[in-house]
Amino acid sequence: MSPLPDYYTIWHKAGHYGLRIMAALVLIFLMLPILVIMPLSFNAEPFFTFTQGMLSLDPDAYSTRWYQEIVDDQKWRIAIRNSFLVGIAAASIATVLGTLAAVGLASPWMPFKRVITALLLSPMIVPLIIIAAGMFFFYTQFNLVGTFTGLIIAHAALGVPFVIITVTATLSGFDRSLFVAGLSLGASPIKVFWDVVIPLIRPGVISGGLFAFVTSFDEVVLVLFLAGPEQRTIPRQMFSGLREQINPTILAVATLLVVLSATMLFVLEALRRRSARLRGQE
Amino acid sequence: MSNRVSSLSSQDAANARRQMRRRRTQAFLFVVPLLVFILFAFVAPITTMLFRSVYNPTVAELVPETLAMLEDWEGEDLPDEATITQFAIDMKRMANDRTSGRFADEINRALPGMSSVVKSTARGLRRADDDELAANGAEMLLEKNDRWSNPATWRAIRSAGQVYTSSYYLTAVDMEYDSEGDIVQRDTQIYKQLYTKTLKMALIITGLTMLLGYPLAFYMSQASPATANFLMVFVLLPFWTSLLVRTTAWIALLQAGGVVNSSLLWAGLINEPIELLYNEFSTILAMTHILLPFMVLPLYAVMRGIDASFMRAAISMGSNPIGAWYKIYLPMSLPGLSAGALLVFIISVGYYITPALVGGTDGQMISNIIAFHMQVSNNWELAAALGSLLLILILVLYWLFDRFVGTDNLKLG
Repeated sequence: MSPLPDYYTIWHKAGHYGLRIMAALVLIFLMLPILVIMPLSFNAEPFFTFTQGMLSLDPDAYSTRWYQEIVDDQKWRIAIRNSFLVGIAAASIATVLGTLAAVGLASPWMPFKRVITALLLSPMIVPLIIIAAGMFFFYTQFNLVGTFTGLIIAHAALGVPFVIITVTATLSGFDRSLFVAGLSLGASPIKVFWDVVIPLIRPGVISGGLFAFVTSFDEVVLVLFLAGPEQRTIPRQMFSGLREQINPTILAVATLLVVLSATMLFVLEALRRRSARLRGQE
Repeated sequence: MSNRVSSLSSQDAANARRQMRRRRTQAFLFVVPLLVFILFAFVAPITTMLFRSVYNPTVAELVPETLAMLEDWEGEDLPDEATITQFAIDMKRMANDRTSGRFADEINRALPGMSSVVKSTARGLRRADDDELAANGAEMLLEKNDRWSNPATWRAIRSAGQVYTSSYYLTAVDMEYDSEGDIVQRDTQIYKQLYTKTLKMALIITGLTMLLGYPLAFYMSQASPATANFLMVFVLLPFWTSLLVRTTAWIALLQAGGVVNSSLLWAGLINEPIELLYNEFSTILAMTHILLPFMVLPLYAVMRGIDASFMRAAISMGSNPIGAWYKIYLPMSLPGLSAGALLVFIISVGYYITPALVGGTDGQMISNIIAFHMQVSNNWELAAALGSLLLILILVLYWLFDRFVGTDNLKLG
């Protein structure tokens, strides 16, 4: 911050520092809960609070037993596998279909643009519980409830809006004459799409895919309604863990998930910068 | 001459039209695969749910003959003997193919207390002789329980037998049909209270995120780009962290043996652990934490575009900071504030997971009751009616959002 102007009275200064303290407190409120669970996940005792030993930094008070438990427990291993399986499959479907659609929607000749965009973005707006109930009624008729196919389709639908938004944002800086140039040189629309459009919008496509993956990876309401015991995912396993018997294994899982989201955040930020550079905005 | 010109230009126009049509088709073809997918995976399920809220064929499928005969009944006295006999035959069949339980649930919804009557009568008729049942089934049924002699019971069966019904919507707003067929208030008011409470909680959460988010976004918008980017990480990391992780964190912090209680005990501020978890307080606290980034991000995006010299100019000319903020900065930051507020409000009205995990009994919101009717009480039609009302509420809010804020401004991270 620049030095305070001379005309500031004592009240201005109080406000200035008050704002600073307030902002710091809000940031602490945002971060503290997430930071607290990390050391707690190394607790040697099955408690959710810091023991005397932990506070005096006694090495014996810390252990990795809850992490060992994740590795040893078959339920968690299956849940981890399922989460990645469903997440990757759902994100792939959402990314491929969503990218194609975003390119179509970016065309100035696209008919019914407003209505179709609203329709494609609606899975983001409708509360999950309503989606879950509707999907349960509808998917039952096709025997999709309790199957991986049903869950993947459901999660792909949830991921679509994110792909549309990110790819549309990348396309907003896209020079359409490149597309026309490709066509005028005799390439088919598919070839132009593949050789000209895709390389330019790739950062947007990848971040859209990541958003779709995270949406599926973090989703639990649809899993509660549509998945059978075979399709238990990490959030589903955490949900029942929190409801039935809480033990620090959940904190260990939570810590691992925080590390994963931090990694994801940095990848996305790198992609965003790359995209801005490609469009010559930096 | 003029003929040739006009024929040439109409040819041109046709060409142009054809090219235009081709371009439109081309653009549309890109969207078709996703459109088909979303129609199947998302739109059809939502439509099914809306339909389900007015459509319940269960009773009509279980006792079709009885319902056909009840159609001619005027509803004042008992139905004629033939109808009651037919119903006794239907009861025996349901008892044997194990559908009497479903029938009992359905009738019980129309007339409370009937569940046990239906079940015990079904048990009593399961082994009845077919010929005897055909001869004097009416008498056999009536002697099983007094309530079969009450015309209200038969009216309940008739109304439960309607395939299309608005009764679930009436239940969802705490009303019902009385015996004369008029719409009246129910004795117990559950759902209206629940909607009010959900809206109240969503408003409190929106207010809290505004109160906390505004100063933070303002500070970040005034800071140097490097500082702002650094602070942004602390907003985005929680935003990106699984909401189950964040809910878990609050459970770890607030529970009886958790960090907050042990710290307070250690500091001597309390003598025994206080109940912080499984109530309205913990739901609001955890949801405020989870939804705060949704307020900060749009606010920051708008505030970054506001020229700081406006405020400085006002203050240098003698305005006090509060007045300058109120008259100049607040109106300029209003688009971000309303975007954030509507976003947080829309999301919190339909929230399920956090109230389910930390809400206890008094922190439950409308979504939790919908889940309850889906999973526990198996009253899917009522769940669909409550869900449809919630959907209408959300769509109205979304329409407001689109009108005043615009979905084009939606940015992620």
